[in-house]
Amino acid sequence: MTLHGLGAMTLVLVFVLAAAVPLGRYIASIFRGDIGFARPIERGFYRLCGIDPARQMGWQAYAIALLLLSAIHVLLLYAILRLQNDLPFNPQHIPAMAPMLAFNTAVSFATNTNWQAYTPEAQISNGAQMFGLMVHMFLSAAAGMAVAAALMRAFVRGGLTTLGNIYVDMTRITLCLLVPMALIAAILLLYAGVPQTFAPFASVHPLAGGVQTIARGPVALQEAIKELGTNGGGFFNANSAHPFENPTALTNCFEIVLMLVIGFALPITLGQMIGRPRDGIALFAAMALILGFAMVGDYAAEAGNNPILVHAGIAAQPGNMVGKEVRFGIAQSTMFNSAATGTSTGAVDSVTDSDTPLGGLVPLFLMQLDEVAPGGVGSGLYGIVLFALLAVFVAGLMVGRTPEYLGKKIQAREIKLAMLAILVQTIFILAGAGFSLLTTSGIGSLSNAGPHGLTEMLYGWTSATENNGSAFAGLSANTPLLDYGLGMAMLFGRFAVLIPVLAIAGSLALKPKLPSSSGTFPTDGGLFIGLLIGVIIILGGLQFMPADTLGPLAEQYLMNAGKSF
Amino acid sequence: MIREIRSALSLVLVSTLVLGILLPMGFTELAQLVAPFEANGSLLTVKGRVIGSALIGQNFSGPGIDAARWFQPRPSALTGTNAKGQTIASPYDASESGGSNAGPTNKNMIDHVRARIAAYRAAYGPGPVPDDAVTSSGSGLDPDISVANALRQAPSVAQARHLPILLVRHLVRQSATHRWLGVIGTPHVNVLKLNLALTELNAR
Repeated sequence: MTLHGLGAMTLVLVFVLAAAVPLGRYIASIFRGDIGFARPIERGFYRLCGIDPARQMGWQAYAIALLLLSAIHVLLLYAILRLQNDLPFNPQHIPAMAPMLAFNTAVSFATNTNWQAYTPEAQISNGAQMFGLMVHMFLSAAAGMAVAAALMRAFVRGGLTTLGNIYVDMTRITLCLLVPMALIAAILLLYAGVPQTFAPFASVHPLAGGVQTIARGPVALQEAIKELGTNGGGFFNANSAHPFENPTALTNCFEIVLMLVIGFALPITLGQMIGRPRDGIALFAAMALILGFAMVGDYAAEAGNNPILVHAGIAAQPGNMVGKEVRFGIAQSTMFNSAATGTSTGAVDSVTDSDTPLGGLVPLFLMQLDEVAPGGVGSGLYGIVLFALLAVFVAGLMVGRTPEYLGKKIQAREIKLAMLAILVQTIFILAGAGFSLLTTSGIGSLSNAGPHGLTEMLYGWTSATENNGSAFAGLSANTPLLDYGLGMAMLFGRFAVLIPVLAIAGSLALKPKLPSSSGTFPTDGGLFIGLLIGVIIILGGLQFMPADTLGPLAEQYLMNAGKSF
Repeated sequence: MIREIRSALSLVLVSTLVLGILLPMGFTELAQLVAPFEANGSLLTVKGRVIGSALIGQNFSGPGIDAARWFQPRPSALTGTNAKGQTIASPYDASESGGSNAGPTNKNMIDHVRARIAAYRAAYGPGPVPDDAVTSSGSGLDPDISVANALRQAPSVAQARHLPILLVRHLVRQSATHRWLGVIGTPHVNVLKLNLALTELNAR
């Protein structure tokens, strides 16, 4: 580790945290409906779509609308991918995508996972990237934030039967937040060198002779929303390691900021909405502490290098450069990958599969903690609120007080639903990875032997279930087992959390708002932050310890002993 | 329910039209207007010939190329298929991208690195080998090498091109990109730009 690297990390994190505070306040005014500049467009849009903006929806209506929207997303995207050869914007004449892969891709983008089982340069046309994938990057992000908004409203007052209007929320979030921010970000990325063109691949004459074909396309805009909406689906196979997606160390820092900023803004929004800013700051602090710790840990692991290669004669410094880009080096690469897995982005600027075992464990563990540091846009906020409910419940058990959170009494129903959301994901991850490794097809998908193979499969199922999309990309996921299996994991991972969260929101909204008394456990101080982090690590992470021990930890010991497979 | 389906369906369709077609088309027009060089892939033209992209690495070794005359980029893990359908190495083929995905205890990867270390020492002399010189990148298209790596290569390139070593070393230092604000990134050299500058030195 060098001081430069740690300095860059501090700089980026401080910038994100400082920007998140005003952004969080702005998002609160969007949720309240106080932002008026887009009203005329909004009204036209509602009329066109037959949406009544004054209608108030209960939690069941939210859930039905979300399921419907997702079903339509999946069907439409599937159709676009299957028909891309007949649709416009296909200068490379890319053929239709095969049914199995199209199913996996459609589910992946509709659930905000953005797992790339396909090879973009060869298998997706510019058109399918734009009106297929990119649209879902906006909409799935807006949907996640709309659910977070519904949950926040449940804490505002007592006796509420409705949570707002999901169509209005999604429209306002898209128009007032995602589109303007994405456009500004895209302009900056463009000036830094990210292409935006409809021209076919360029054919050039390299200095030393021969011909080189260079893939390009409308990258800049997709890159912006890919990070901002914590989606992660790259225009290119190498994702943000590709020089056209991420040309310099500065764009790398910028993309990290884009991934993190909305996630960190939302707890501030929560504090604003309920008039208790300190409670929002407590969630914000827990997120920041987990992420900061993970970044430094990942950096230390990668800077430690691979002793087998050092023994073979490479320089010990700067660290493990296998699968990393020179312009980023160790610090920028580990910072990016931690941010991408602490959120639900799953973009990569270096190959996670080639990380040292402990370096690979950090992103894996961040995903296993249900991505709450700071998590995906919307999903991170409702994820950490689930943990906060469990934390006050645990604290209540310890001291014999009735658990309350933000003025709402927490009872058996909420705790059961919160545990359901957390446990269903674990079952999918462990059972899915375990089952796959018992099949010949699953073993055949692995590209590395020994404990690293186990980690590859575990990482794949974790990433799909947690809707992240980061991959140990050596895993060949385009097989019937994994295309369908991981596709199902993405669907269950999304809705087995979304629906319980909405049910909790519905049940909390009805309860009366209690004034805090001397018997209330304070949820805005250091004690609560510590308890919350403890609950996240124990409830979110402990279930995976045996699997993580057999994969990354075992490999680390074997690597240090000089073993290879 | 019908109303719900209508709302959801029209929301998705209208968004597809606005966000997926009108927005990217408009933005592409704007990009082509304000930053045509970057928007089209930062393509470099020398004497009317497009020689590559400033951001994408290219190959400086292989059949018919005198590798000693050029600064060498990092190994690239990209592969393609030949006419017989066999998998062959196709380094710096920018119609694709990706890394080796080899884990740290992958025997095949370790053997490759060992072989590259031997070749590097044979070409540029003994001593510890810069990490980036013998490991493949994440994109397979990494345009840069570390300054340490470039300086190790400088004497041999100078000799092959009959240029003074000091001049070539100076060129490396001059072409280096440094850390932003003193902390962000790593000092590195763009191999294509460095080699382009070399050919200009020779032409003088």
